[in-house]
Amino acid sequence: MKIEPDDDLWAAIADPSRRRVLDLLVQHGEATASWLAGEVPFTRQAVSKHLVVLEEVGLIARRKQGREVLYRVEAGRLDEATRAMAAVARQWDRRLESIKRLAEAAHAEATRKRSAASS
Amino acid sequence: MSTTDYQIESEILIDAPAEVVWRTITEPDQITQWFADKVELEVTPGGRGYMGFGEQGGPVVVETVDPPNRFSYRWNHPTGEEPTTLNSLLVEFTLVREGDRTRLRVVESGLGSIARTDIDKQRYASEHNEGWAKFLDRLAGVHSERT
Repeated sequence: MKIEPDDDLWAAIADPSRRRVLDLLVQHGEATASWLAGEVPFTRQAVSKHLVVLEEVGLIARRKQGREVLYRVEAGRLDEATRAMAAVARQWDRRLESIKRLAEAAHAEATRKRSAASS
Repeated sequence: MSTTDYQIESEILIDAPAEVVWRTITEPDQITQWFADKVELEVTPGGRGYMGFGEQGGPVVVETVDPPNRFSYRWNHPTGEEPTTLNSLLVEFTLVREGDRTRLRVVESGLGSIARTDIDKQRYASEHNEGWAKFLDRLAGVHSERT
């Protein structure tokens, strides 16, 4: 009974601060940890931690340019994550459709029996 | 709910009385037809249960039982642990009569708290108000087909 399809991915994106970091990278393209720290209301240390988590689940990648480390979003993995999240949301839609079908069938059956008994 | 972040909502209008819908969402032999393969459930506040999905499965603890209006339970917490707002997901069903029909709404929430336990207690109050669904929509341009 796990959150499909990838617990780590969920945990990585579930945190609002990490979403903010990811958002910034989506909007800005490549950026350094220092630049990101300047854009968010939390510390540089916290930004670094978030970057580690995001990199571990493959949502971002890094490259060195001179003495700087630049981070960027991995578009393919982000697409995958987004599809996975949408799929979980749709799971409940499907379950509700099934509940509707079952309840309506049960109700129709009960109504039919009642009218048969009264006639 | 104030500590949660992840939230999925969905609702549907059912052409049956709330009492019938109530049985569909609470009786184990009904639940197996729309949800888990194997269901054990004690429908009383604090009641224990189990939901199995093929090889996988896990414990469920019932929270609210208010027939035929509200039913909620926690799940996804580690086996052997008590569910809390920090280690589990809360599934809440609300049934509202609309004439002869019933509007069934489900909200699943809580995952945000799981992730939050292992990070610094940072000042993210401003981000906190930004809901999961909004993020999802913006990121992918996914627009809900839900009613």
